[in-house]
Amino acid sequence: MLAFIKRYEGLWLFTRSPAVIIAAIVALVIIIGAVFAPWIAPINPYDLSSFSLTDGLLPPVWEEFGSEEFLLGTDDQGRDMISSILYGARLSLIIGVCAMTIATVLGVGLGLAAGYFGGRFDAIVMRIADIQLALPAILTALLIDGIARGVLPPEMQQNLRVTVLTIAIALSLWVNFARTARASTFVQMNKEYVQAALMQGQHPLRVMFVHILPNILGPLLVIMTVDLASAILLEATLSFLGIGLPADSPSLGTLIRIGMQFLLSGEWWILWIPTLFLVALVVSINVLGDFLRDVFNPRLR
Amino acid sequence: MLRVENLTVKFPSRFGDVTAVEKMMMAIAPGEIHGLVGESGAGKSTVGAAIIGLLQPPGYISDGTLMLGDTDLRSLDRYQAHALRGKRISMIFQDPQTSLNPLMTVQDQLVETIQAHEDISTSDAQARAVDLLEEMGIKNAATRMRSYPHQFSGGMRQRVVIALALCTNPELIIADEPTTALDVAVQSQVLDLIRELANVRKVGFMLITHDIGVIAQIADTVTVMRRGKLIENGSTAQVLGSPTHAYTKQLMDAVPPLDRKIDRFRVPADEDGLVAGQGKGDKAEAWLLAGAKEDAVGLTLNDVTVTFPGTRTSIWRKPDPYVALENITFDVRPGSIMGIVGESGSGKSTLAKTLTGLIKPASGTMTLGGGALPGGRARARKHASRQLIQMVFQDPYSSLNSRHRVGTILAEPLWLYGLVADKDARRALCMDMLNLVGMAPETIDKFPHQFSGGQRQRIAVARALLARPKILICDEPTSALDVSIQAQLLNLLKDLQSAFGLTILFISHNLSVVRQMSDDVVVLRNGRIQEIGPSEQLYENPSADYTKMLLSLTPVMPKDWKLG
Repeated sequence: MLAFIKRYEGLWLFTRSPAVIIAAIVALVIIIGAVFAPWIAPINPYDLSSFSLTDGLLPPVWEEFGSEEFLLGTDDQGRDMISSILYGARLSLIIGVCAMTIATVLGVGLGLAAGYFGGRFDAIVMRIADIQLALPAILTALLIDGIARGVLPPEMQQNLRVTVLTIAIALSLWVNFARTARASTFVQMNKEYVQAALMQGQHPLRVMFVHILPNILGPLLVIMTVDLASAILLEATLSFLGIGLPADSPSLGTLIRIGMQFLLSGEWWILWIPTLFLVALVVSINVLGDFLRDVFNPRLR
Repeated sequence: MLRVENLTVKFPSRFGDVTAVEKMMMAIAPGEIHGLVGESGAGKSTVGAAIIGLLQPPGYISDGTLMLGDTDLRSLDRYQAHALRGKRISMIFQDPQTSLNPLMTVQDQLVETIQAHEDISTSDAQARAVDLLEEMGIKNAATRMRSYPHQFSGGMRQRVVIALALCTNPELIIADEPTTALDVAVQSQVLDLIRELANVRKVGFMLITHDIGVIAQIADTVTVMRRGKLIENGSTAQVLGSPTHAYTKQLMDAVPPLDRKIDRFRVPADEDGLVAGQGKGDKAEAWLLAGAKEDAVGLTLNDVTVTFPGTRTSIWRKPDPYVALENITFDVRPGSIMGIVGESGSGKSTLAKTLTGLIKPASGTMTLGGGALPGGRARARKHASRQLIQMVFQDPYSSLNSRHRVGTILAEPLWLYGLVADKDARRALCMDMLNLVGMAPETIDKFPHQFSGGQRQRIAVARALLARPKILICDEPTSALDVSIQAQLLNLLKDLQSAFGLTILFISHNLSVVRQMSDDVVVLRNGRIQEIGPSEQLYENPSADYTKMLLSLTPVMPKDWKLG
C-alpha cells in the first residue's frame, strides 16, 4: 500500500496534508449525501404530503423541545431540515457541475483556438471575454432570466428555471477557462513537439486536441475545481436574491434566504445549518483545488 | 586553502535518502583554478552548493570535512554561514541574465554588496565599485555603472557578475558554468579575465563545467566526477592529457577535436548494453532502403531573405522590419551533409524554420530536388515536402509530446503520410526502428519522461526517419546532451546517413562538432553568410576574418595530449 502511494507524487502529497484529507472527506460526504438524497433523506421536501405543518419550527435534537425524528429540526412548514439540505445541495451541485462543464467546454474550446490561430481571431475572442468580465455574474443572470421570461411562455418558465440559472452561471465563468487555455496554448505553441506536428502538416484540430490539450490539462483541472465552488456560490447568491430557484424546489441559497426571515426570531437553525453546510462544501472544494494546483505546479511547492 | 574531505551529500526523498555526492575529495590553493568536470547528474553543482552552504533543502551534508583556511564550514551556524558567504566565498552563476536584479542599477547592486559585508560609506563603496569594474575591463565605469543590467551585453553582464563576486575580496569563487550561456568570443574574454584574477589577486576558483575544452584551456587542476563519485583528480595535463582511468579516457574520446576530422567516435557500450548504431532493426532498415531507392535529393536556396516585424517606435509609422536572414544562397548537394555554424542570433534556427515551412521568407526562392518549395503558409498541408523534409530539434525534452507514448509518437508519420496502413504493421515497424537507433523495442509503451536526454533524441531521430525523409534538418541536436551521448548520437547520424543516402543539414554553434559531421560548411553571422565551402578546406584555410576569429577562440586541447 505504502509503496503504491509512493509511486504517485499526488497521492503521496495527499497523505501528508491533513487539511486536504479533511476537505476531501467533507466534500465526499456532502456529495454522496446529495447524490443519494432520495434514498437517504427521511422525507421528500418537494412532496407536500410527506410533512405536516404541526411539526413546524422544531429545534435540532440537542436543544430543548427537539425531536429525535428531526435531527436538525424543521422549518416553518414542518419540513425536516436534513432532507431540505440534502435535496438543496443536490440541486446546487447539479447546477454547479452543469454550469462548470458548459463553461469548460466553451472556454477551453475558444481559448485553445484563440491561442492556436492567434491574430484577428484571438483578438475578437479575447475582447468578447473582456466584455463578459465587465458584466457582473448577477447582471448576466438577470439579463438571461429577463430574456427567458420575455421569450418563453409562462408555463415553460417554471420548468426552465434550472436551465436558465445554469446558462447564466456558465456564461460568467467561461472567461477564466478561455484565458487560461489561451495562455497555456501560447506557451505550448513554441514547444518543439507542436512545431514538429505543424511541420509534418498535421490537421489543426488534431494539433489542438491531440497534442496541445493533454499538455494544458493541469491548470485547467485546477480552475475546474475552483470554478465549481464559484458556480455553487453564484447559484446560492442568485437564489438568495430571489432570481434563482423558487421556494418550492429550494437549493441551498433558497434555504438561506428563507432562513433569513427567522434570524431574529430565535429559530436560528433554519438559517445557520444550511449556511454552514454551504460554507463547508465551498471551502472543502477550494482546498482541494488549491491542493491540485500544488500537485500540478511544482514551482509553488 | 579549501580542503574537502569525504564530503557526502544526501537528499531525503519518499524512497529514502538519495546520495548525491559520495566521499568527495578536493583541495584548492590560492590562485589556483580548479576544474570540476562531469556529465549532467554527476553532482558537480551539488558540491559547489555544499561548500557555499546553499544546498537546496531538504538536501544535507551527512559526512565529511569542509575547511576554508582554518574555518570549519560545517560547524558554522546559519548567521555565521551567511556572513561568510560573499565575504570569503563568492559564486558566479551560469546565466548573467538572471543573476542580476533587473530593477537595480549595477552601481546599487555593487554598493549594496560591499556595504553588506563592510562598514563603509556609500561614496567609498562607489569608488571601490568603479575601480573593480575598471579592473574587469569595463570602460567609463563611473558612468556605465548607473545603467541597468539589461543595458549591458551578455559578456559585460557576466563581468559585472564577476565584479560582484569579487567586491569583498573573497578567497574562493565558485563559478558554476560561467561561460555556458555565452558565445565563443565572449567566453574567451571571460576566461581570460578569470585566469588573470587568479594570477594577480590569488583568488582560488572552482570552475564547474561540462566543457572539457574550457577546462583544458584554463584549469590548473581538475577533478573528474561521475554519478556523485570522485573518479580522479590531479593536474589538468596529467588527468586529461594522458588519461589513465577508464572513465576519463572514455570522456576524452568523446570530445570532438577541432583540429581534425575523425570518422567515428570510440564509444563504449552504454548502460543498456547497446552500442550506438549496432542495434538490429533489419526490417526497419530494409523498409528505409526500399524508400531510398530513388536518388538522394538536394536543396537549393536562392537569395532567401527573412524579416520579422520590428519594434514599433511610433504609432504613425510602420516599424522597420528586423532582418533575420539576408540574401542567403547556397546549394546542398544530394546525399551530403551541410554544416551550418554561427553564434546565437546568427539566424541558424530561423533558417531551419524557413526550410520546414514554419516561417515565410520575405523574398527569394527555395528548390527541393528540382521542384519549387513554397515557404510559410503557401506550403500546403499535404505538400510532398512535408514528408521529404524532417527535422530533429534541439531540446529533446520538449520535442516529444510528454502525454503520448513512444509508440504513438513514432507511428504518427506512418499514418499521416499513408506509408503503412495496417496498425499492427506500424507497431512492428516502430519497434524495429527503435532497434535501429539503438534502443530496446520494449520501450515502445513508455512515456518520454522515462528516458534520458540522449535516449529521447534517439526517439526523435527515429520519428524523423519513419517519415522516409530525403532531407533531415538537425538543429543543434546535441547541444543539450553530454559529450559521451553526443558522440553516440553523432555516430548514429553518420551511420544512418551513409546507409540511406540522406541529405543532412546540420546546424550547430559548436565548430568542432560541425567539422566531424559535415562535407560542406556555411558560416552565418547576423543573418549573412560569411563563408561557404568544403569543410576541410574551410577549417584548414579559413578565408573570412570571422571564421578565423571563431576558430582561434574556440577552446581546444593542447596538441601534445595523447588522444583518440
